[in-house]
Amino acid sequence: MSALAPLSARWRHANRQGDLSAAALALAPAVLLFAIFNIYPLLYSGFLSVMDWNGFSPERTFVGLDNYRAIFASSQFRNALTVTLKYTVGVTVLSVVLGLVIAVLLNADIRGRNIYRLIYFLPVVTSTVAAAVVWRYLMTPGTGYADVFLRNLGLTPPSPAWLRNPDWALRIVILVGVWKRLGFNIVVFLAGLQNIPKDFYEAATVDGAGTVQRFRHITVPLIAPITLLLVIMSIIDAFLIFDVVYVMTDGGPVGTTEVVGLLLYRQAFRYFNLGDASAMGWVIFAIVFVVTLIQWKFFGARETGL
Amino acid sequence: MSAETLPLAVGVQARLARVKWGHLLIHAALIAGALVMVVPFLWMLTLSLKPAALTHQPPYLIPTRFEFSNYEAAWQAAPFARYYFNSIVMTAGIVFGQVLLSSLAAYAFARLRFPGRELLFMVFLATMMVPFHVILIPSYLIIDRLGWIDSYVALIVPRMVSAFGIFLLRQYYQGIPRELDDAAMIDGASRIGIWWRIILPLSGPGLATLGIFAFMFAWNDFLWPLVVVNDPDMRTVQLGLAMFQGRYGTQWTLLMAGTVTATLPTLLIFLIGQRWFIQSVAQSGVKG
Repeated sequence: MSALAPLSARWRHANRQGDLSAAALALAPAVLLFAIFNIYPLLYSGFLSVMDWNGFSPERTFVGLDNYRAIFASSQFRNALTVTLKYTVGVTVLSVVLGLVIAVLLNADIRGRNIYRLIYFLPVVTSTVAAAVVWRYLMTPGTGYADVFLRNLGLTPPSPAWLRNPDWALRIVILVGVWKRLGFNIVVFLAGLQNIPKDFYEAATVDGAGTVQRFRHITVPLIAPITLLLVIMSIIDAFLIFDVVYVMTDGGPVGTTEVVGLLLYRQAFRYFNLGDASAMGWVIFAIVFVVTLIQWKFFGARETGL
Repeated sequence: MSAETLPLAVGVQARLARVKWGHLLIHAALIAGALVMVVPFLWMLTLSLKPAALTHQPPYLIPTRFEFSNYEAAWQAAPFARYYFNSIVMTAGIVFGQVLLSSLAAYAFARLRFPGRELLFMVFLATMMVPFHVILIPSYLIIDRLGWIDSYVALIVPRMVSAFGIFLLRQYYQGIPRELDDAAMIDGASRIGIWWRIILPLSGPGLATLGIFAFMFAWNDFLWPLVVVNDPDMRTVQLGLAMFQGRYGTQWTLLMAGTVTATLPTLLIFLIGQRWFIQSVAQSGVKG
């Protein structure tokens, strides 16, 4: 007991304003749940990624980096990475560029700005599953409204049509991704544009700058940090795509929309290949990690206030 | 109008005319884009009201026939009320958990002094970049071992903590003047009492922002429910809709009635609270 006396005295001293006990109480639930459902699974999945296990059998064999070698050797995984990358680049570029263009248009003191903003935001709050269902049917040849609309414009659909076409399926999935993300980007861009003081533009106008010059020399530099933020958010979000593909194409045709998330899900929950699936998870983690590091490099200091 | 002001008025009118032409072009572009946004919703509604016999007739965009029995049929084919109940329980649990636990943890990080505070905060922040795909399999194994498959606990508890929420509220709490804490302290309030009586009542907008993000996340979440739910009675709206599509995929009118059912209430909630939704998103970018 006597050995503990200095410790308890120190505790009492440190806790004299009740900080320590209050912090323990306030943090306990969050820390506990985090440890069980985030930290432990992360370590567990690292462990699984170097094991050969089907999830049921008592036998688990340590295989080192074999799972990683195996997935990188498999054309299926490499295809999935390529598809995911294409989707990510497509959605990010289109949703950011279109988002900026529309936000700039809305910023031109346009009538009904709030109504436009509301309409463009609708898909953001719509569930991905519902969006995917509707778009799948919109593109159905002959009876889908979008397909018929395009035909009436004189555009004959490719053969095989849309989602059955290996060249077109991913483009349509990207289109749905952009449709769902655009409103978010517009709202964030518009808030950023409205934060730019009007005097800047007035001063530039007095100095004889035209619309294009004002955009290039005032809007672009001041909106750059927000653009980077949106690009990185979009990359991370798009890289983890699952639902849209699950509902619209189930990875087809011939694997042209098989994204990493879908492959991982199948490997784990249909083929019980937990080692390979976990290794895939860690590859995704590595990629997202690098992207996040870039984000932190640019925003970390400001965001965390450290 | 005097002779002197006349040229001025003409000039203003000319400018107005020019501005309006420019605006007209902008409106044309914006309306075209808005149509692409809205047409899927409109067509979904129209198709859900179309008589089943006309399914394979050419599609039309504006509803002219109103076959409400499609909805009855959809609700008979799948227990959407049950799906809604499950989704509401899950979403309420996640939103409540995230708001409460994030608020407590954020208070500790923003206001209390304890050893290892910065380190612990960094650990929380670092977990924000762990993609869900990585922890999906072990999380499932844990839930399975706990015997939680097909339960609300499985849907709620693992997602009750949000590093994003802790981060967001810590920022918010740092903006609340410390003098308020000190005053309450002198009045004899405990540390937790200060959180309850001072910080919480002042953090309405911060909590609302977090609540809205948590709501959007929870309501639309698909992968986790897909993995931990087998029992058809435990399906959420998203899950139910995906399964409904697999089963009634060929009966378009029925399927669309189901999709409207799955979408409309959320859209209504959004329309009612749209100011808050949009403001929260706008601020998330500007502050970040």
